[in-house]
Amino acid sequence: MLDHAIPEDLVTVEGLTMHFPIHAGVFRRRVGAVRAVDGVSFSIARGETLGLVGESGCGKSTVGRALLRLCEPTAGRVVIDGEDVTTLDAARLRAKRPAMQMVFQDPQASLNPRMTLKQIIAEPLNVHTGWDTDRKLARVRELMEAVGLDRRFVNRFPHEFSGGQRQRVGIARALALNPKFVVCDEPIAALDVSIQAQIVNLLEDLQERSGLTYLFISHDLSMVRHIADRVAVMYLGRIAELSPREALFARPLHPYAEALLSAVPRADPSRAAGRRRIVLKGDVPSAARMPPGCNFSTRCPRAFDRCRTEIPRLAEVEPGRQVACHLFDPTKPAAG
Amino acid sequence: MQQGGDIGATRPVLDVRRLKTVFNLGSAEVHAVNDVSFHVRRGELLGVVGESGSGKSVTMMSLVGLLASPPAEVRGGEVLLDGIDILKLTPRALSDIRGARIGFVFQDPMTSLNPVLTVGDQLAEPLIRHKGMDRRRAAARAVELLEMVGIPDARARMSGYPHQFSGGMRQRVMIAIALACEPDLLIADEPTTALDVTIQAQIIDLMQDLRQKLGMAVIWITHDLGVVAEIADRVMVMYGGQVVEEAPVRDLFAAPRHPYTRALLRTVPALDGARLHRLNTIEGQPPILFEAPGACSFRHRCDHADAQCACVNPDCCKVAAARDATDDPKSGHFVACHHVPALPGAEARAVAVDA
Ligand SMILES: Nc1ncnc2c1ncn2[C@@H]1O[C@H](COP(=O)(O)OP(=O)(O)OP(=O)(O)O)[C@@H](O)[C@H]1O
Ligand SMILES: Nc1ncnc2c1ncn2[C@@H]1O[C@H](COP(=O)(O)OP(=O)(O)OP(=O)(O)O)[C@@H](O)[C@H]1O
Ligand SMILES: [Mg+2]
Ligand SMILES: [Mg+2]
Repeated sequence: MLDHAIPEDLVTVEGLTMHFPIHAGVFRRRVGAVRAVDGVSFSIARGETLGLVGESGCGKSTVGRALLRLCEPTAGRVVIDGEDVTTLDAARLRAKRPAMQMVFQDPQASLNPRMTLKQIIAEPLNVHTGWDTDRKLARVRELMEAVGLDRRFVNRFPHEFSGGQRQRVGIARALALNPKFVVCDEPIAALDVSIQAQIVNLLEDLQERSGLTYLFISHDLSMVRHIADRVAVMYLGRIAELSPREALFARPLHPYAEALLSAVPRADPSRAAGRRRIVLKGDVPSAARMPPGCNFSTRCPRAFDRCRTEIPRLAEVEPGRQVACHLFDPTKPAAG
Repeated sequence: MQQGGDIGATRPVLDVRRLKTVFNLGSAEVHAVNDVSFHVRRGELLGVVGESGSGKSVTMMSLVGLLASPPAEVRGGEVLLDGIDILKLTPRALSDIRGARIGFVFQDPMTSLNPVLTVGDQLAEPLIRHKGMDRRRAAARAVELLEMVGIPDARARMSGYPHQFSGGMRQRVMIAIALACEPDLLIADEPTTALDVTIQAQIIDLMQDLRQKLGMAVIWITHDLGVVAEIADRVMVMYGGQVVEEAPVRDLFAAPRHPYTRALLRTVPALDGARLHRLNTIEGQPPILFEAPGACSFRHRCDHADAQCACVNPDCCKVAAARDATDDPKSGHFVACHHVPALPGAEARAVAVDA
């Protein structure tokens, strides 16, 4: 089990920012920027799973990619296992790659269509180990079994698989080198519930056995509740709330987190009728044109004047719970 | 019996009969779709669930001619769109129906969007081609469509390329393209996997709205049983390239009959209640479809399996009338299992929410 004494952090992120330039016109002149990630800070302890949830387009995948330096962040620091990966040179970054891996959101696009399943899963082994063919094949078979793919599939190409089968190829590849830290970007979205459960059980087994650390990005809140120790809720490039799992699901504090949790569909048609879903109204701002104050203020049912002028800071409002909302500002009491 | 009272409003928009699709890989064959029959009526929403690899996507892609052939071969069956067998149409005629009368949302948005065309152009294309709009009108309508699926700053986003969109935004672009020509039938393959629950709810509302306004029929493939429970009129469950159960949504969730469906419903993790130490899975491996099923394909994973299951593939038969009984012979609770009489029926509690 987790050691709660002094959880040593494997991953520390400070002020991570990623702005994509917007170009327009015939000369593709730069006219602005998409503020996909706007000053995000958090840490993940060794052996911990941090869930990352939030509205589509709020910057989750970008955070994941920037963490592993699959894109160059505009600003911020990302320390993984004692090293700032944002400043590593090419050789040191390459040496660090085996320890940090990613399961991509779009399985088809991340798999080379001209490689067979065996070649795809073995690729990281070719690059980072000196193993002989037999040993690599044995490892490939072991991984396929772990993610529930029939071993007779080894010579098939990605397009010959169903969506869920492809997603599992991506997971097998990410786990090939026994990484320390894995960013799982919607790893189970295309899987049926039984195979989702199999994959989640596998991720948890690996965590128990070898202390893996995960950033688990997902829209499936019941699965996040199952797997994550703590959960960060993002809204439009910033973290709205970061709380321990139980606390968040029992009583979300940030109004966006509350609205999000109220909208989950339940597998029970007889209950579907009586649910109270908080429907968000108001303009959805874009990452290219953020409102001046709190980025949720245009849709927040509890917004007041201060929210429209001043950006709330992410601050601890209860032990272990961080919220970026003026309603919970411990220094100044909220109006209304 | 199939023809029954096949007139007017009850007549299905789409009626698929004994569809069979095989991938011919030279050395081997994959029997991905085996005698699949189903229908969907005007304004109706048919939910399709089933194990990964059970043939949901291949079924839907074969009926609108979207599979590359070779290796895919449609070896039999009829696909009646308003009574006309579209499998017999020329590829050209079929491609006109796609887009104009049938909208299709692919499971994998990145591969079905064109990476070198702007999102605006991809949205305008079907409007120009099928609706005869000029560029300006098509572009204006494209912005509207993007707004409808909740893409902020839609006008500015028109000139963006797919890789500049997030996973869920791409999925919404796909939905917008599929809805562009206001089709009679929308086939949506896992359309909301990359969407958070609030935007998913928005997309669902949009779909419900179009069903009411235009009478659009919808086939919605999903692994999310919560979504199915909330939006489907009827549900069809697939396993090993076959339909193993089909029923009105309330009947299916209240009294699932097929052992696979029952196992599937038991695996849903709860959002409230105690957290399980380990999630439930269905033990055993899915069938590998190298030959056409000659026996029940779930038998290796089923507690009820006996000698009969190993030699006769059960037909999908009506085991009960729909609870809100209509006299339509096509409605009811259908199950493909030899042991239906032995299986507990109405008292079964499928719902994992209270687990
Ligand atoms: N081009 C192909 N060649 C050979 N086999 C294929 C091909 N395309 C699909 N298959 C096989 O056909 C079966 C059905 O695939 P399909 O994509 O319909 O599954 P699905 O039910 O949509 O699954 P998922 O939920 O994972 O998307 C799978 O076992 C898959 O491996
Ligand atoms: N290469 C890029 N160029 C320009 N904009 C980009 C690029 N990549 C991402 N963006 C923008 O950054 C924002 C965040 O995207 P990101 O993919 O991180 O979202 P997400 O939270 O993962 O969403 P989803 O849940 O839909 O996958 C979006 O507005 C997106 O359009
Ligand atoms: Mg994403
Ligand atoms: Mg599929």
